[in-house]
Amino acid sequence: MTTYVVQRLLQAIPVLVGISVLSFLMLHLVPGDPVQIFAGDKPLTPERAAELRHQYGLDRPLVVQYVDYASRAVRGDLGVALRSQRPVLDSILEVLPGTAQLTLAALLVAGILGIGLGIAAAIAHGTWLDTAVMAVAMLGISTPVFYSSLLLILFFSFTLAWLPATGQGGLERLILPATALGLSSSAVLARLVRSSMLEVLGQEYVTTARAKGLPGSLVVARHALKNALIPAVTMLGLQLGALLGGAVVTETIFSRPGVGRLAVDAILSRDFPLVQGTVLFAAAIYVLVNLVVDVSYAVIDPRIRFR
Amino acid sequence: MSAPALATVRPALRVDAAANAMRRGPRTWQRFLRSRSALIGGGVLLLIVLLALFAPVISPYDPIKTNQRLSLGQPSLDHLMGTDRFGRDIFSRVLWAGQTSLPIGLVSVAIGVLFGVSLGLLAGYYGGWLDAVCMRLVDLLLAFPGILLALAIIAILGGSLTNLMIAVGISSIPDYVRITRGTVLSVKQREFVLAARVIGASGPSIMLRHILPNVLAPLIVLATLGMASAIITGSALSFLGLGIKPPTPEWGNMLAEGREFLQHASWVAFFPGAAIMLTVLSINLLGDGLRDVLDPRMRL
Repeated sequence: MTTYVVQRLLQAIPVLVGISVLSFLMLHLVPGDPVQIFAGDKPLTPERAAELRHQYGLDRPLVVQYVDYASRAVRGDLGVALRSQRPVLDSILEVLPGTAQLTLAALLVAGILGIGLGIAAAIAHGTWLDTAVMAVAMLGISTPVFYSSLLLILFFSFTLAWLPATGQGGLERLILPATALGLSSSAVLARLVRSSMLEVLGQEYVTTARAKGLPGSLVVARHALKNALIPAVTMLGLQLGALLGGAVVTETIFSRPGVGRLAVDAILSRDFPLVQGTVLFAAAIYVLVNLVVDVSYAVIDPRIRFR
Repeated sequence: MSAPALATVRPALRVDAAANAMRRGPRTWQRFLRSRSALIGGGVLLLIVLLALFAPVISPYDPIKTNQRLSLGQPSLDHLMGTDRFGRDIFSRVLWAGQTSLPIGLVSVAIGVLFGVSLGLLAGYYGGWLDAVCMRLVDLLLAFPGILLALAIIAILGGSLTNLMIAVGISSIPDYVRITRGTVLSVKQREFVLAARVIGASGPSIMLRHILPNVLAPLIVLATLGMASAIITGSALSFLGLGIKPPTPEWGNMLAEGREFLQHASWVAFFPGAAIMLTVLSINLLGDGLRDVLDPRMRL
């Protein structure tokens, strides 16, 4: 077990280094002189350019700049945002709870809806319910999160006036964005749970359980469910990336402060230290979350450790 | 890609072990004609493509010219989908937008396939350090959740039609690398590859003439489903104001414009969104159908 964890940790290191190189290079890959970015829209005199170049260390060799960037990043210094002149990390940490809340709530929605509908469709295999659930799932997979968000707002905020359309704070402001964000993941999950449930229900041990006279609901609850849900748990982990990415759009639509919206605003205002910081932070968090997910599988399912 | 794309599945996962049924030619074609979802999906998609292609002929109004007197008009016989803030006919704009949104899906998938398949072939066939470098590169690209990689590329290059295609294309590369490399690894030990090598065929020739045909079936399925997520990612970026800018009609930016009037003129956002959904739905149906046809074992 320890060997597996250490191995996975070591594998994550080159990826983290790669992410830091990419986010560092972003500034230098932008067409034109990077100094112009720090000057904003103002015209740049040669003297001012030299001054800025020195101030931001752009006059040093690229490798030296990277080592400096990476060593500061490791210590939690992601630079200072151009517009607000605040440390980038502070800006991120300030909105991070909002994003975490939204993503986890969406994961919950996806899990409950997806697993519930998937099991229902599998048990009702071949009936109208099965067909209906699968049709809705196909529709869910095909609806972009920005469209489902707008439809939910239109219906629940404007037509029925049940829930507020925008803002953050309180459960009533979390339900709509989390549902919008979780919908297509739940559709993916429902399809997967249905097919793995159908497979498990065809296994001999399920037939045995039925043969000894166990009622259908108990066969599903006690014997089939546990095995059918293993792929679903894996898929939930994989969907986390999609949800984190989708949060970018959802936060913008529902006017919720969050890391995704911070990144979009930073790109729109060409605030590059903030862009670099959010990209580096989001990717690093994603790699670490994946690491935790992988390790927790190994705890749940011993077969993975020995692969 | 996926966008996820956005909250879509990474297409590679949905293809799984697609078999190489391609060479069974006529029977595959018959199965395709019997697959309801492939036919419906393909038919609707064809219709959408034709509508976009013939937008200049079909669309009743100019998609760009404004007319303030008609601002935010309800759907009517004159304006089937109503008019937007500037009095432009939404139906005409939705048709014209297909000329932007559909190529974004097509070209970015082409970019992803071109680079992904080349890298996958090289990595799988030659192995060694080349394989190690390619796979680390894939790991790195996969470290960016969902739309974030495309977002970062747009941040560097700036938003335009070409850059949007490049950004969405690059973020889909990992899927194609993995599926190609996997197939190459399983095929390259087979006798026919060995035989080709014995008679002195060169590496590139073996890869292109003997190995690539085996990747084709899963690749077609993956690229089809990938097109759906590419269209979603492309329109999401435009929706966020990072892609195609108004007044050029594009489904994502039309939806963003409509968002402001959602409460009182919901049609401005409803129809462009429905266009995206219908397009993506038809592509997904086609992709699912193709998977059933090309690999009957993988029926979900």
